[in-house]
Amino acid sequence: MNYGPGIAFQILQSVFVVLAAPLLVGWVNQCRAWLQNRSAPSILLPYFTLAKLFHKDAVMAHDASPLFRATPYILFGCMWLAAGIVPVLATDLPFAPAADIIALVGVFALARVFSALAAMDIGTSFGGLGARREMLIGFLAEPAMLMTLFTAAFISGSTQLTTIVDTLAHREFAIYPSLAFAAVAFLMVLLAENARIPIDNPTTHLELTMLHEAMILEYSARHLALIEWAVAIKLFAYMTIGFALFVPWGIAEAGDWSALPLAIGALVAKLALAGAGLALIETLLAKLRLFLAPEFLSTAFLLAVLGMLTHFLVRG
Amino acid sequence: MDVLSSPLAGSLLVAVTWLVLAAAGLITAGNAAFARRVAFPLGALAGVALAAFGLQAVWLPAQTLTLPLGLPDLPFHLRVDPLAGFFLMLLGSVSAGISVYAAGYFREEASGRLALISLQYHVFLASMAFVLLADDAYLFMVAWETMALSSYFLVITDHQQPAIRKAGFLYLLIAHLGAIAILLCFGVLHGGRGDYTFNALRAAELTPLWATVAFALAFFGFGAKAGMIPLHAWLPEAHPAAPSPVSALMSGVMIKTAIYGMVRVIYDLIGSVRWEWGMVVLVVGAGTMLFGVLYALMQHDLKRLLAYHSVENIGIILLGLGMSMVFIGFGHPAAGALGLIAGLYHTLNHAVFKGLLFLGAGSILHSTGLRNLNDMGGLIRVMPRTAFYFLIGALAISALPPLNGFVSEWLTFQTALQTPLLQNGVVRSLLPLFAATLALAGALTAMCFVKVYGIAFLGRPREPAHGTPTPRSGDAGRMERYGMAWLAAGCFLLGLFPTSFLLMLNRVAVSLTGGGLSEEALSGSGWVWLAPAAAEQASYSPLIFFVVIVAVTLLAFFLVRRFYHGRVRFADPWDCGFPRQTSRMQDTADAFGQSIRHVFGPLYRMDRSLPGPDDAAPSYALKIEDRHWYWLYLPVARAAEFVSSKIALLQQGRISIYLLYSFITLIALLVFVR
Repeated sequence: MNYGPGIAFQILQSVFVVLAAPLLVGWVNQCRAWLQNRSAPSILLPYFTLAKLFHKDAVMAHDASPLFRATPYILFGCMWLAAGIVPVLATDLPFAPAADIIALVGVFALARVFSALAAMDIGTSFGGLGARREMLIGFLAEPAMLMTLFTAAFISGSTQLTTIVDTLAHREFAIYPSLAFAAVAFLMVLLAENARIPIDNPTTHLELTMLHEAMILEYSARHLALIEWAVAIKLFAYMTIGFALFVPWGIAEAGDWSALPLAIGALVAKLALAGAGLALIETLLAKLRLFLAPEFLSTAFLLAVLGMLTHFLVRG
Repeated sequence: MDVLSSPLAGSLLVAVTWLVLAAAGLITAGNAAFARRVAFPLGALAGVALAAFGLQAVWLPAQTLTLPLGLPDLPFHLRVDPLAGFFLMLLGSVSAGISVYAAGYFREEASGRLALISLQYHVFLASMAFVLLADDAYLFMVAWETMALSSYFLVITDHQQPAIRKAGFLYLLIAHLGAIAILLCFGVLHGGRGDYTFNALRAAELTPLWATVAFALAFFGFGAKAGMIPLHAWLPEAHPAAPSPVSALMSGVMIKTAIYGMVRVIYDLIGSVRWEWGMVVLVVGAGTMLFGVLYALMQHDLKRLLAYHSVENIGIILLGLGMSMVFIGFGHPAAGALGLIAGLYHTLNHAVFKGLLFLGAGSILHSTGLRNLNDMGGLIRVMPRTAFYFLIGALAISALPPLNGFVSEWLTFQTALQTPLLQNGVVRSLLPLFAATLALAGALTAMCFVKVYGIAFLGRPREPAHGTPTPRSGDAGRMERYGMAWLAAGCFLLGLFPTSFLLMLNRVAVSLTGGGLSEEALSGSGWVWLAPAAAEQASYSPLIFFVVIVAVTLLAFFLVRRFYHGRVRFADPWDCGFPRQTSRMQDTADAFGQSIRHVFGPLYRMDRSLPGPDDAAPSYALKIEDRHWYWLYLPVARAAEFVSSKIALLQQGRISIYLLYSFITLIALLVFVR
């Protein structure tokens, strides 16, 4: 078997995702500013922020352990890996079989555990608070996420994301009622896992409400830049997982270079819409109290279960 | 010569070596160096040999041997088949690491005490080997009881403390409840023919009713030993009470012999598995799993917390076995084999990482004298090596890729995803829900180990006023580290090369159920890819995964260094600019569990006293108790007391009354026996 074009595609895609991810964050911020009647920052602002952070000297607490210093790189590595698994532009990536959707959830869990550990390393009150809350959201979101993915896996008979996309995009065209439930559940999980309103507010430094920000308070300069970048890649990856499961049309097959412009066009359109939608959600909703998060996420779980039961009932 | 080099003879030799080491410790009782320098290291070597023999046995046909020991006309039957071989490998390899560790851990014990520990420890090891080797109910029960007794004495090593004596008694009590059920189960299986060899039990034809009775007795009896709810109460008491290597052995290996017994009786001796049994196992397994992890999150005693996690992991193993029984009951041997493989894989994984974690907890206890998480903090700076090994164990138990815990959970998920095969609509929709509880338990475990690791090893030392964790002896000693390194290497080996273990477990599944994974799953995708059903259905390659994640992480590191710089300035922690920070402001173990108490409040029996707003010396107290005590154990205890007080009426203490009882009994018997 000739892996050459596939591997080229693979590397191209993961580099593309890593480089494009801050753009998505910039776009979401821009949309939100428009919706909130503010004058919008440049869509390139996240890149400038990253560049600024990389140039600064890192400031670190005296008794930071090696784990604290390694974590930003591990987070970045985990997200980079995720960017290589999710079929963004093409299916049948040669690396994709190394990790199916369950392993993908595992990668996100690995990143979450490391960031929570690093948060507790310095021994500040906010660090522990952030770690505790992040793990709370994590264990609430993970079952809902898996149920959503299982529904898609049952429809396509596979837990391989590339196969799922192949089944849903290329083979047959059908509307699956079970996927409708799953899509809503997935959206709720996406908001929670990416520290978005209504679970977390990515723009706040108000200490009593923050989750994700509380964990990374002690980071600065290049470490902070890597974490912010990893967060951007995570949002990008989650959105493309959503596209892969629910709106997979337009994606190219590996080695099929002619389909690439179409795939890029479709992806840009989908991301633009999804980013605007995310900004709309963040404008319309307010942040929930922390202890309403279990209700929010158990609703997501129940929706995902309903989706799965619907699949078993109506076979579709 | 052929017999001598066989795995059966080899395993027997190892067991006898352990017995000899146990006895030799007594002869040289005055000399603690013997136990440390000879008995434990040799015991570890014997363990490695046992692992090799077990591995060999998996690939060979079953072998049997009859020893002319035991009672007249009732010799001991021994047998090694793939299932026993797999568990022998588990026993040997995990106990090897623990024995090496023990050689270092007991360095400060007094001679007499150490000789006694060494005796009990090696008898314990040998009795576990005999449980696995036994091929008749008689030897099995003898070994089983020896195992219970030797471990009981190990638990009460520190018998001066009343709490430990109480824990030991509870353990002994529940162990014997279980043993009675197992004995009755063998009685049901043998059906009144007087032949208690496993071959005869296998051959017995049972009606579905009696088969179900046998299943229920076996599930209860072995479940009591495994620590499944509601029979778990002894486990969080007894495991922490023992010295750490013994805790590791009990949590890592001993409760696995209960899984062995369950699989042996249900799959092998009863034979015809019914799906309804599988549902029972699934429900109990899911309950055990969630109970274990939710109570673990409430603990601040490190060893108790780990013991609750053993309860949880038994639940995960039962989920795998339950799914397997459901699939086999509905006539899908391939999916059933996958579930069995998932359960057994997790059995091995749990043995390795739980052993490692208990050893790590032992090293902390040894160096700092602390077991309470709330007194620890910042240990990564004073015990960096222990911290490293403990991190591996914590990541493994949290089911994070690419370590071993993830592989077995992944296999369990894959088993659940075979559910469209099932004909029964209700069961078909229930299996994925059990998988969801597994996901929940996995994420809760991750939370719990973030708590453990974050509080014990990271942060700053808490409570500098009463006894900072400044280790008396620095990091763990050399032998302790070797023991931990052995098990940590096991976490990587089992995590990165699952295919070879999958092939091995497939042998076990084939030998038990006659069905195994498809040819395509075993050979089609090569040794790097784990693909239990078919490559396009699901695959996972931990090795590639690991290599890529290390590569991209290093790449990120070097790119940042190449294009920017590595300059660091050190300062005080920022903490949002909060001016006065003390180490007491960090989360404690109880603070970390607060959100769990909030979400799962009704599951706990909580007794909390909060300070009032005007208290001059505010204090906070929280007591979490197991609800099982109140709805199950105490009523049963009261009932037992009531019944025995009534029966005590028979005991008049006068010889004439007792003679009257004998007389009445004789008359009654004469009525029956003409």
